[in-house]
Amino acid sequence: MITAQMLEKELGLKRFVMCDDSREVTGGYAGDLLSWVMGRATSGDAWVTIMSNINVIAVAQLTDVALVILAEGVVPGEELIAAAKMRGVNLFSSTAPTFELCGRIHRLLGAPDCGAIAEADDAYSAAD
Amino acid sequence: MEQNEKLSFHFDVDGNDFTSAGEASVKVKKLMRQLGFSPELTRRVSIAMYEGEINMVIHANGGVADVYVDEDCLRVVLADEGPGIADIETAMQEGFSTAPDNIRALGFGAGMGLPNMKNYSDEMKIDSIVGQGTTIELKFKVN
Ligand SMILES: Nc1ncnc2c1ncn2[C@@H]1O[C@H](COP(=O)(O)OP(=O)(O)O)[C@@H](O)[C@H]1O
Ligand SMILES: [Mg+2]
Repeated sequence: MITAQMLEKELGLKRFVMCDDSREVTGGYAGDLLSWVMGRATSGDAWVTIMSNINVIAVAQLTDVALVILAEGVVPGEELIAAAKMRGVNLFSSTAPTFELCGRIHRLLGAPDCGAIAEADDAYSAAD
Repeated sequence: MEQNEKLSFHFDVDGNDFTSAGEASVKVKKLMRQLGFSPELTRRVSIAMYEGEINMVIHANGGVADVYVDEDCLRVVLADEGPGIADIETAMQEGFSTAPDNIRALGFGAGMGLPNMKNYSDEMKIDSIVGQGTTIELKFKVN
């Protein structure tokens, strides 16, 4: 089992708020458009984003992600940190690129294959 | 928030305060957990309601949200007196949005709000009159 605390350590994340260090991380999602995150992220995901306005905290709470990682050197403002504390959202940042963070998270989770790529391949060849 | 005897909850959604948008949905999430609803249903209801709340703030200068808890069904009604939606079928399409640039810069305006509301609810009904407002009813089956 991978926890928020293990991700923090393995990825060398900068900690801003850690409300639940034993929270299990079961997957990941990368994205900045909040409705996409709400439609596609799943409970327990590590959410990697460069979006850092206050609404990120509500979205994190409602989608029930395990932690938020602000990537690419994005730094949270005071308001965001305060909201994360109040709402119980684990909040971290990293100077690493989104691509690299996601690659590392995927590997740490055992490189799960949800079959989506094979499915897409089938769908495209069927359409040809 | 007021609770009436038939177990319903009423919220005012402030059209001027973008940063506090979502307060009603977060409260509903807490209430549902307290009432013993499953995390899965709670998540669907609160996300769909949040999208509705955000839409009323962005597109309609605020409105009201009511949640009705019945034995086998949970209903969320979002009502505003904004500009209304002229072409509901187009508005329902993934990616369609009239949100201005300053809203897009905040990560909203992807045109996925109404589709998310439809996907996460079991039934969705939109009533809208241009120049008068919009009412959206979301129904969620309880097992
Ligand atoms: N309450 C509302 N009042 C008026 N127009 C609305 C309302 N909700 C949605 N709309 C219209 O429907 C479009 C699509 O909504 P949605 O799918 O939530 O995307 P977004 O909010 O990202 O633009 C909006 O851009 C807007 O034109
Ligand atoms: Mg919307």
